Amino acid sequence: MNRRGKTALYVAAAIAALLIPQIPLLQPYLIQFAFLWVMILFAMTWDVMGGQMGYNSFGNIVFFGVGMYATAVVQRDLYFTVEEYASVAGGEQAALTPVEYLIGLALGMGSGAVLAVVIAALLGSGILGLRGHYFAICTLGLGIAAGELASGWDYIGAGSGLVTPLLPDALGERGPFFFYLFLVLAMITFAALKRLYAGQFGLAINAIRDDEDKADALGLHATRYKTVAWCVSGFFLALTGGAFGNLVIFIDPTDVAFAGPTFGVWMVLMAILGGKGTLWGPVIGATVFHVTQEFFWIYLFGWQRVALGLLIVVVVVFFPLGIVGWLRERWPQRFGEVVDEDARRVQVSLEGER
Amino acid sequence: MGNLEILLQAPIFSVQLLIDGLLVGSIFALAAYGMALLWGVMNIINISQGDFVILGGYVTLTLYNAGIHPLFGVPVAAVVLFIVGWVIYRAVIYRVVDRDLFISILATFGISILLQQLMDQIFGADIQSVESGLGQFFLFDNQVTVSQIKLVAFAVVIVVGVVLVLFFKKSRMGQAIRATAQNARAARLMGINTDRVYAMTFAMNAALCGAAGALVVMTWVIQPFIGLAYTIRSFMIVVVAGLGNIAAVVAAALGLGAAEQFAAFLLGAEFQIGFVFGLLVVILLVRNMFLKRQRQVLK
Repeated sequence: MNRRGKTALYVAAAIAALLIPQIPLLQPYLIQFAFLWVMILFAMTWDVMGGQMGYNSFGNIVFFGVGMYATAVVQRDLYFTVEEYASVAGGEQAALTPVEYLIGLALGMGSGAVLAVVIAALLGSGILGLRGHYFAICTLGLGIAAGELASGWDYIGAGSGLVTPLLPDALGERGPFFFYLFLVLAMITFAALKRLYAGQFGLAINAIRDDEDKADALGLHATRYKTVAWCVSGFFLALTGGAFGNLVIFIDPTDVAFAGPTFGVWMVLMAILGGKGTLWGPVIGATVFHVTQEFFWIYLFGWQRVALGLLIVVVVVFFPLGIVGWLRERWPQRFGEVVDEDARRVQVSLEGER
Repeated sequence: MGNLEILLQAPIFSVQLLIDGLLVGSIFALAAYGMALLWGVMNIINISQGDFVILGGYVTLTLYNAGIHPLFGVPVAAVVLFIVGWVIYRAVIYRVVDRDLFISILATFGISILLQQLMDQIFGADIQSVESGLGQFFLFDNQVTVSQIKLVAFAVVIVVGVVLVLFFKKSRMGQAIRATAQNARAARLMGINTDRVYAMTFAMNAALCGAAGALVVMTWVIQPFIGLAYTIRSFMIVVVAGLGNIAAVVAAALGLGAAEQFAAFLLGAEFQIGFVFGLLVVILLVRNMFLKRQRQVLK
């Protein structure tokens, strides 16, 4: 397929996605679709680190939580004093005009994203120097430490959480509003990442994944690229978190914002299921995962989390390439890769010896 | 930080905290030694380490509910976990031993979630504990109490440690494990069945965790979802102590136990877990800073 055909395909897919709310049959499920876009955002932002750069981070959920809390705090403090807010939060919800709501949301998401980038840059210079096991476990600890910290901090509601403002009636139903919000966010993220991967940045982080020491020796500023990659990941994840706080209305420090056991695990699983290190892999993985979860998991009666653990083991051990990775290995020509049969034969025979 | 004044005015409290910390730390040493073993021999970081500990605790709890004294839980939990470890090795781990290290981390991460959720389904999410029926010692005019079960736990850890050292020095399997840790390929050439060695190592690690869990449920509490904290503690201890040095592992574990008790007292008990995870990040960053000085890299 040539370049123009591809562009046309992308535009068609985008228009089709934007038209979903017009289909009467799907209208009751718009919130579900919004969650799907969130899942896709999770998988895509995780893949920047885990897939393209080979740094498996278990702590990306930190940026999600930071964005969510920053947005909620900005929305709270922009138009209310804390006392007013606390007094209305119990019974009646604090009411905002549509303009106030949108300004608060935009400012909040923006400041959340900036804060996440700052945190990623500060932490990154230290943590991204760690390799392999050390990086994985350190980020695991980071995610949980953030959750514990948020549950103990009174300014952001501590363990009892924080309530975000309700969507004003003038902006329509929750469904379409958040559907479009997350869809646009996901599209922007996808386009930005596609652009980044196609350029020098993509080559650099792929080189770090393949052999960091060699990349370093060839004069690549590995730490700089790694930090930027983490900032990119954190930026989009914080935007997602900010909007997500408004979607679910109530922010719990460990179950929603810094939800390591659910969102934090899912983002890893979805990216691997779809095929980490590929552009479309996370999108496909997230879709498959979300649809399966919605359709099947209700029949498992509480055993779905057991199934989740089993699924991770099975996917990681037996299917580490993921859906797109498997397709790419099966039909490499379709992905624009040229297979050198002689080299392949040598490699296969070498692998046989091991 | 109000508690700091209490400590300054009544220094005897620090003795209490120190003793508690050291005794609790000795239990961490068991799980940490298992992790060092696995890391050294198979180059695998087992994220489900802490869940093995908790599972050992539940085995003891089940025995206790059946009317058996929980101290018998130590050997029983070790045997049960040995079998669990062997099964997990045969089902999953042997497929990931030689592969990319992220695959083994993610696979054990999956096992960890699986075990957590299974325990949640079977035993419930409540915080549980067993009563050992042993009393307390009172020291310094009754100002410091030492529960006897903690002393027993300490003794158990010492005995297990000595047995382990002897096992690695004297027995054929112990020697085979050490040989495999040094060079797996050479060991295979010398006729060692490395697959069996790996299975044995993994199962032994699980057994150590099981014994630790039996001690945890007697001296502290268990709950299906607190396993990860034990994984992180073990990891931290091994990072500080290094691989293959049991004395250093014990020393680091005792130190961590004491540090945790002081932190819990000064910051408040609700921050204890947060302290553990925060300390991990700090230790790794400091370690990395020292390593960086020796490395010549582009900034």
